[in-house]
Formats: sequence, structure tokens, C-alpha cells
Amino acid sequence: MLELPALGWQSIVIFVVFALSLLIATYCTYAERVIAAFLQDRVGPDRAGPYGLAQPLADAVKMFTKEEFFPSGANTALFIFGPCLAMIMALMSSAVIPFGNVLSFGTNYFFLQGIEVNIGLLWVFGVVSLGVYGIMIGGWASNNKFSLLGAVRAASQNISYELAMGLSLIAVLMISGTLSLRDITLQQSMPGEWHFWNIVKQPLGFIIFLVCAFAETNRTPFDLPECETELVGGYHTEYSSMKLGLYLFSEYVNIFVASAVMSVLYFGGFNFPFQYELRDWLVSSQDWTLAGAQNLITILGTVLFFGKIFAFIFFFMWVRWTLPRFRYDQLMRLGWTILIPLSIFNILLTGGLITFGVISEVPSWWLN
Amino acid sequence: MTLAERAYLPAIFQGLSITMRHFFKKKPTIRYPEEQRPFSPVFRGLHVLKRDEQGRERCTACGLCAVACPAEAITMVAGERKKGEEGLYREEKYAISYEINMLRCIFCGLCEEACPKAAVYLQADKMAPPRFERDEFIYGKDRLVEPVSPDNRSKRGIQLTEEQAQQLRTKVDAQLA
Repeated sequence: MLELPALGWQSIVIFVVFALSLLIATYCTYAERVIAAFLQDRVGPDRAGPYGLAQPLADAVKMFTKEEFFPSGANTALFIFGPCLAMIMALMSSAVIPFGNVLSFGTNYFFLQGIEVNIGLLWVFGVVSLGVYGIMIGGWASNNKFSLLGAVRAASQNISYELAMGLSLIAVLMISGTLSLRDITLQQSMPGEWHFWNIVKQPLGFIIFLVCAFAETNRTPFDLPECETELVGGYHTEYSSMKLGLYLFSEYVNIFVASAVMSVLYFGGFNFPFQYELRDWLVSSQDWTLAGAQNLITILGTVLFFGKIFAFIFFFMWVRWTLPRFRYDQLMRLGWTILIPLSIFNILLTGGLITFGVISEVPSWWLN
Repeated sequence: MTLAERAYLPAIFQGLSITMRHFFKKKPTIRYPEEQRPFSPVFRGLHVLKRDEQGRERCTACGLCAVACPAEAITMVAGERKKGEEGLYREEKYAISYEINMLRCIFCGLCEEACPKAAVYLQADKMAPPRFERDEFIYGKDRLVEPVSPDNRSKRGIQLTEEQAQQLRTKVDAQLA
């Protein structure tokens, strides 16, 4: 592997991932409106451009040209810093996600991943939990009791659900034995066995993780920090113009990252069923080179990985327009008295299954 | 609550399946400018002042429509037909101006019923469109009177040859000039 081109390649990947996160978040706003409309027997925005596809652009122009309002008594510096922090933290977490396997050209290998670190999962969760500071600071700096209430709710909700989320992850770590997202993905690529995905080994863990992901991204049914019916707009009540846009945007980027992490951890990431059979078939009967065939399944895998991400994003929106919001005490009860005991039970269950050899600790072929 | 109810998940899946059914339902939305809902045959829309078979205005400015109008939307000024205007107006008396205020009009159709000369009708296929200025809602004769055209006449059963139609066009153009 070449060192210097790899660095250049990494910056390209990071730039592409950055642009893609923004693009996907932009079109999430459109998708949200269209999906909401379809679930409610409407057709949604269809005026701007063909099928309304220019709607996000129109929204962006609207956001940028709106009046920037600073509430009196607000801490101006923190008021500006809040949405910036929320956005930065949302964008940073996608750097370590493996979007694809390896592309090879001659002797050069290119990984479709920003940075490969052996603590990728810790990085994602560290950065995601920093994201709540953006909300906290914004809500506090607004000098508005509703904003503050929203911010306090966001903080306590995120802390409560991060516990259950972390505990459900421990079960995944027990069977994978690594924190590297690339290694976790590759372990789910047992040749010929599509059901090697972690969802098969960790169904309960996945459900806990999914519920916590909804709470972490402040999505309905856990969107209490912005609870329109009680708190006007929650932590972003006082925000207008693109600063509000950044908050809304960071929520969609967070959804994108959460979807990517769920795909990596439980749905095999960029692996797809029968990928090695496809590669071997191409090499043996279609006269492809091994590198060419590997590049093809890498690209297919990346496309399918994005397909998985979009499916999860759709699921986020589908749930949003189906379920009503929890009451705050219900939220806390669910988090502390149901999800945390369940995830501890899941750890015990996983440990028991490993001890009795039902599922292996680390895939045996991985160790060879 | 039973265990199934407390686990939330069965109810959530039920809800999700309901919304998914709606996702694939046919949408009742009519995308207005491109698609239009067909009007009812008895719809009362924008008024028209009719002409007779020879293209003369039927209205004699008797004022019965203005009297019948519950919203007092119709005003008119009557005038006497001069010599040489027989091709333009059917009777000796005609409306020099005839105005309907579409902001006042309630589209009840009483003017149509009151008219003894079958001159004013509410079209079944045309609405009074929205406008930006109030004075644009006062429709004068320029916008109310049915336009003269050979095509218009042939619709009412009089078949004209191309030659006759051309003659009529020149005649009408001369009258309008």
C-alpha cells in the first residue's frame, strides 16, 4: 500500500463523503415531505422542477434569505456557536464509516473509507454524543425558557439512551472482538453465507439499538427536545434563517450516520449475498481478472450499502409519520426500566450463547 | 395492559402496516393547472352576453337582471340604436355599458332567469379567475360579450361555407373598425 497516494486518496474520500452527507441530508428534507405526503394520501411538493426535485434548492434559498434574528439577552457568540457545533459533530462522524471494500488498480489499493482507525466505533459514538452540546448550547444561549427546556430534555434523553445503546453495542463487540468498523463489516462476509450478518446473531440488540438511534437523533416518537405542541419549537425556538437550517440539517446528517452505522453493525455493511460466488463466477467463466471482479463487487457493494442506508432513512421517516410522540415520563421509563435491563439481558444472553458454543466469539475463519 | 401491549412492538407494526397501505394508495390529489376537475353540468360560472344567430347583441338593457340581482353586482347604461347599427344590436335599445362586479356576484343565476331576451348566461365551464387588483374584477362588455366569429356561429347549427365565412369575417371586421 502506498503511503502518500493513500493520504491524497483519503482526503478525496473524505471530501466525497462530506459532499454526499450534505447532498443526502438535503434530499432527506425532500424525501421527508414526499414520504409524509404519500403516507397521508397526498402527493407532496411537486412544483419546483420535475417531481419537485428542485424543492431543496428552493428551501435553501429561502433559508439563506430569511432575516437573521438574535433574541435580546441572548449570548450572541454561543448562539452562533450552537448550530455550528451541531453541524460539525454530525458531519465528523461519517469519516470512519467504511462505504465500500477495496478498489485495486495495479499495485495501488484504495479503500472506500475516510479513515480506518481501530477504534472507529468509539469515534462515532464519541462524536455523536458531542452533538448534544450543539443543542444544549443553542438552547441555553437563546435566553428563552422553552429553548432551555428543550435543551435540557435533549441532554437528559441522549444521556439516558446512550447507556442502552452502548450496552447493546457491547454484545456486538463480544461477537466481533474489534472496534474497527471495517473489521466488523468484513467479519460479516463469510463466503457463501449471506445470513452471516450480525442481525441474525443479535436480533434483540438490533431492536434496542434501533430504538436508541431514534432517541439519539431526536426523531419521532422521541422528538421531545423540539416538541412543537409543548415547547413552541424546543431548543431551536429562537433560531431563524440558516442557523435554524443547520439544526434541521444536522438532524438529517445524524439520521444518515445512524443508518450507516446500523447497516455496518447489523446488516453487513457493504457485503451482499453471494458476492464471492459472483466474483468466482466472473473469474472462472467470464474471463475477468481477479482485480476487475473484486472492483466490480466493491462498487456493487457500495451501491447496495447506500441502498441499505436509504432503506433505514425511509424507515426513520415511515416511523415518524406513524407514531405519536411519547410523554416525557414514558420516554424516561422506557429508557431506564425497559431498554437498559433488556440490553443487559442481551449481553448475558450473548455471553451464554458464546459460552455454550451456539455462536462463535469471533468467526473462526477470521482468526486464520 | 397485557405483555403484548406493554411491549409496544406489535402495536407499532400494526401502525406501520396501516401507514404503508396508505403509501401505495391512489392519491386523490388533482394537480390543478395541469389537471382540472370536470365541472358539474349545472355549474354557474363566468357570465356571458349572448349574440343572436346573426351576431347581434341580444341584450336590450331592460335592467331586469340588475333588479333581480340580490348582490347588486350588475350596472348598465341603456342607449338607443342609431341607423346603420342594425347589424350590431338586435333591438332598438341596447346596453352602451354593461358591467358585472365579480367580487359582488354570488353566481346565483337569477340574472339568467330574469333575462327576457335570453342574453345573459352563466357559463358551465368557465370560472371568474383570481386577479391581483380589485378593478380587474369589474367585467365590462369587452370581456362579457360573446366574441363574434364564424366558428362561434357554426356551433349553433348554421353551417357556413368557407366563402360565406370569409365574407362574414370581413363584414364583422368592418363593423368593429
